[in-house]
Amino acid sequence: MASNLEAATYTTDELMIVNAARRLGGYAAAGKPVCFVGIGLPSTAANLARRLYDPAPVLIYESGCIGSKPTRLPLSIGDGELGETSDVVVTVPEIFSYWLQAGRIDLGFLGGAQLDQRGNINSTVIGTYDHPKTRLPGAGGAPEIAASAGQVMVIMRQGRRAFVEKCDFRSSMGFGDHKGHRAELGLRGAGTTLVVTDLGMLEPDMATEELVMTALHPGVTRQQASEATGWELRFAGDLVETDPPTEAELAALRALQAA
Amino acid sequence: MAEIVSLREAVSSIVRDGDSVSMEGFTHLIPHAAGHEIIRQGRRGLHLIRMTPDMVYDQLIGSGCATKLTFSWGGNPGVGSLQRFRDSCENGWPVPLEIEEHSHAGMAARYAAGASGLPFAVLRGYVGTDLVHHTSTIKSVTCPYTGEVLATVPALNPDVGIIHAQRADRRGNVQICGLLGVQKECVLASARSIVTVEEIVDELVPLPNSTVLPTWTVGAVCLVPNGAHPSFAMGFSQRDNAFYKAWDAISKDRDTFTEWVGTHILGTDDFEGYCASLGLEF
Repeated sequence: MASNLEAATYTTDELMIVNAARRLGGYAAAGKPVCFVGIGLPSTAANLARRLYDPAPVLIYESGCIGSKPTRLPLSIGDGELGETSDVVVTVPEIFSYWLQAGRIDLGFLGGAQLDQRGNINSTVIGTYDHPKTRLPGAGGAPEIAASAGQVMVIMRQGRRAFVEKCDFRSSMGFGDHKGHRAELGLRGAGTTLVVTDLGMLEPDMATEELVMTALHPGVTRQQASEATGWELRFAGDLVETDPPTEAELAALRALQAA
Repeated sequence: MAEIVSLREAVSSIVRDGDSVSMEGFTHLIPHAAGHEIIRQGRRGLHLIRMTPDMVYDQLIGSGCATKLTFSWGGNPGVGSLQRFRDSCENGWPVPLEIEEHSHAGMAARYAAGASGLPFAVLRGYVGTDLVHHTSTIKSVTCPYTGEVLATVPALNPDVGIIHAQRADRRGNVQICGLLGVQKECVLASARSIVTVEEIVDELVPLPNSTVLPTWTVGAVCLVPNGAHPSFAMGFSQRDNAFYKAWDAISKDRDTFTEWVGTHILGTDDFEGYCASLGLEF
């Protein structure tokens, strides 16, 4: 891979998306293929994984699409391409009740505007709710995905405005306010078990239910990661470096984005 | 029985100032033409309801038609924020907008309860989120069988439900296929309704994965080909993603937005005129 000069040239977004796709491939191989996909970066990474891995993730979109196999990336969660390439299309009340709420989703795959040390997500407002500095689109399907999916994977670019000590608004539960909070509230899913960023990956230390940096991408330093994080970032004892994207991964991603 | 009338007549007789109005469509089948006609007829004080308010609600809000919005996700999918919605929330322009914010699961459950004639819905939802601290229509209920505490949200029963669909027959039976969203629940939950359609045919032919709203559940049916644009109707059109992307720049600035609405909506007689003014060809 490194011997190929062209493959060695990639963007940080490509690095992030490829790493997320690898993990989705890993979940599918481990018998957890059913992925409820948010639009944007999650959808891009999920569709890349579907092209790269066998068994492939089974993509579910909140518009009611189950087993979507789009040939090009959808701009919205209900593009015609999704409806036409799905195993089945159900209504919106059904996708949230029979499928998500009933526990038939292995993995929720989300983005957000803010993420905190406990993996809680804000997609509602920056500032106060009644007088927002920035009104964001809102939670959509995320609160119940974060609550009911078997586990949650988040993909976000790492920076101080996004990786904050405390979310201005908790749209979706990660590990809440303290260790054990999810269990106290009776939430069924495991919560935010992986965060993939343009700098590396974070996973919860289950002793504290706080996110720690468990991997850095090639060329990224601890200092860079710390400076891009709004809380006192901790690093795992067995911190690893991710493999650079392969030629095949980059070719598949670029073909997908060009389609 | 549904009446087959022009969209102008339908909006004029069915949508009144101060009504709660739900124009549903989950990316697919969004009733843009009907929203434009409401702007054209100058309705005010509306309580707009929708899971995913997008471009047409941005246009209604920016035009000053609404004073309240009940919703779960208000954005331009894949593009970003709704600029007019943001301006109304952040700055009260052109009029302050009261918001009642839910999650998708909660909104879907509210419509289903409304369509079912139930007072409320029960779900596993909202737990641990800040929505419960800001939205008074999220409460909890204890299951009488298991003792489990669950979230509850009140039924949605809008004054008016408006959707777009593929076709109707001459008696006003409506057929919808593809991504069905909450289209059926929206009409069945509402006191009055308008359905715009791509075509009106002599007989409806049953199709796989389709649903029918019988004529006796529908208020008015209006023939408006391409009336969902830039949303789409499966079997008739594709989503115009370029138009959604272009909306961000048009809506960013109050003056640009106002001029756009003035030229293309208020300055035209109907949806056909709107399409002609934008040079849209189908």
